[in-house]
Amino acid sequence: MAILAKENTAGASSPPRRLGLAGRGEARAGFLFALPWMVGLTVFTIIPLLLTFYIAQTKFQIVGPPKYVGLANYAAMWIDPAMWTSARNTMFFAVVSVPIKLVIALGLALLLNRVTALSGFYRTVFYLPFLMPAVAGSIVFMLLLTPDAGPVNIALKALGFSPPDWLLDPKAALWTIILLSLWPLGVETLVFLGGLQNIPQDVSEAADLDSPRGWHKLVWITIPLISPMILFNLVIGIIYSFQVFTQALVVGGTTGKPAEATLMYMVVLYRAAFRYFNVGYAAAMATVLFVGVLLLTLLIFRTARSWVHYEGDSR
Amino acid sequence: MTAVPTRRTPPRKTVQTVIYHAAMLLIAGIFLLPFYWMTISAFKNNAEIFARPVTWFPDPIRWSNIAELFHRDDFPFLIQFGNSVFYAGSVALAVCFSCSLAAYSFGCLRWRWRDLVFGLTVCALLLPGIVTFLPVYLGWSRLGLNGTYWPLITPFLFGDAFFIFMLRQFYMGIPRELLDAARLDGASEFRIWWQIALPQVWTALVIVGLFAVVYTWNEFFNPLIYLQDREDFPLSVGLFTFQANRAREWSISMAGAFLTALPMVVLFLLTQRLFRQGLASSSLK
Repeated sequence: MAILAKENTAGASSPPRRLGLAGRGEARAGFLFALPWMVGLTVFTIIPLLLTFYIAQTKFQIVGPPKYVGLANYAAMWIDPAMWTSARNTMFFAVVSVPIKLVIALGLALLLNRVTALSGFYRTVFYLPFLMPAVAGSIVFMLLLTPDAGPVNIALKALGFSPPDWLLDPKAALWTIILLSLWPLGVETLVFLGGLQNIPQDVSEAADLDSPRGWHKLVWITIPLISPMILFNLVIGIIYSFQVFTQALVVGGTTGKPAEATLMYMVVLYRAAFRYFNVGYAAAMATVLFVGVLLLTLLIFRTARSWVHYEGDSR
Repeated sequence: MTAVPTRRTPPRKTVQTVIYHAAMLLIAGIFLLPFYWMTISAFKNNAEIFARPVTWFPDPIRWSNIAELFHRDDFPFLIQFGNSVFYAGSVALAVCFSCSLAAYSFGCLRWRWRDLVFGLTVCALLLPGIVTFLPVYLGWSRLGLNGTYWPLITPFLFGDAFFIFMLRQFYMGIPRELLDAARLDGASEFRIWWQIALPQVWTALVIVGLFAVVYTWNEFFNPLIYLQDREDFPLSVGLFTFQANRAREWSISMAGAFLTALPMVVLFLLTQRLFRQGLASSSLK
C-alpha cells in the first residue's frame, strides 16, 4: 500500500477514495485510535514519573505547598535504619524467592510436558493459586503455618523435623513470605510449558538418541531452547518481587512483625507516605526503587546476550 | 484413579506411569492444601480449627459462619461484595473499550510514531507502579475525588499497557489484505475497525475482560489507599481490615477468604480454555 501511496495527486478528494489516500487516511486513523491511550500514558505515567523526581527533592506533607530541599530526602534515607532493614529484607526476598520459584516452575513444566489422562487436571491445579486474592492467600498461609495446630508443622513434626514458629520467630518470618510467594507459580509454569511444547519433535528425539542420560538433554538442549522464557520469567519475577507489598502488609503489618523481620521496602514507603504523610520522602524512596529495578533489568538483559538463545539467531 | 493402562504394556512402562501419577497427585495435593484448609476452616469454629488431632472434615458443618459473615457491622460482606463486582465490572468494560482502540492502532495500522509509542507502552508495562503513584494520588486529592471509585476506574478509560499489549497480539493475526480490501471498497477507517477488525477479535475481548476482572478483584494497593470508609471497600481491602482488627476470629476470616476467592475460582473453572489462550498470547509473541 505504501508504494501506491505515492500517486496521490489531484482529484483524490472525490468520494470513491483513491488508493493514494489510503496510506494517509490510515496514518491519521492510526493516530486517532491511539490518541486516548497516548493521553492516558502522558497524564498517568510520563508526567507523574517526572513529577515524582521533583517531589523527591521537596519537603511535602500533603497539606501546604512543597518546599524545595534538594537531596535532603535522600540523605534522610541514608541514615534511616528502617529503610536499610527493609531494603535488605526485600533484596533477600527477591534473590531467594525468584530463583526457587523458577526452578520449581521449570520442574513442574517438565513434569507436565506429556500427554496423560490427567494433564488438564494437573494444569488447572497449578494455575489455581494464581487466582487467589493475595490478601486471602496470605491469611490462609498464616493459619496453615500456625505453630501447633497448623498442618504444615504437624507434617514437618511427623517427618522428624523441629519446625520453627513461622510467624513469631524473626529468623523464620521472612521465609513465611517466601513460601507464600512460591504458591502462585502457575503463570511461570505455563510460560515454561509453552516453551517446552514449541521444541521441535525431531530435535528432542535426536537428543534422546545422542545421550541416554536425561539431564544431558535438559542442560544442553532443553534449557537453551527455552532460555527466552527463562529470561522473561526472570525479568518479570525480579521486577515484581522488589515491589512485594500485600503479603508483607498482611503478615507483618506496617512494622514488619516480628522485629522488622518482614518489613519490606514498599511497606516502609507506604507508611512514610500514608501514615506519616511525608510524601517527599516516599517519592525519594520510589525513585531509588525505580533506578534500582531499572539497573537490575538492564544488567539482566546485558548478561542475557550470552545465555539466551533465540531461534534463527546465527551466532 | 491413576491412568494405569489396562492394555498389555511393558511392565516397566506401567510402573513408570504409576510413579509419575503418584508424584503428580502428591504435588497437586500440596498445591490444593491451602484451598482445602481454607474451605474446611470456613465451616469450623475457632476451637475446632485449632483442635488436635486435626479434623479433616468439619463436624458439624457450621453454616452459621456464613450467616454471621452476612450480618456483621465490622465486615459488611455483602456491601463489599457488591463494591467488588462494581469495581471489577467497570474496569473490565473500560479496558475492553479503550484497549481495543489502541491495540488496533498498534497491531493493524501503519503510522509514523507508532513504534515509538508502542515502545513507550512496553516500558510503562515494566515500570514499578509506585514511581508514578504519588503525583497521581496528589492530583486526585486536589480534585477532591479521594474516597470515591473515580481514581480507581478513570485511568482504565484511557487504556492499560498490559491489556493493550495482549490485545495487540490478537489484532496482529488479522490478515492485512482483509482490511485493504475494505479500504478499496471505500469503507471509512472507523467502519473497518468496527465492522471488520473488531468481530475478528471478539474472543480476545472476552479474554481481556476476564483477566481484567480477576486482576481488579484481587487488586489491593490502590483501593487501600484511595478508599477510607468500610462501606466503600472492595472485598480485598475489607478482608484485610477485618483480619487486621479481629485477628482472633479465624473462622470468620476464613469464611470471608473463602467467599472472596470462590467467585474467581468458579469463573476460572468455567472459562479455563479462554484463560489459557490469553496467557499463551501475553507471555511471548
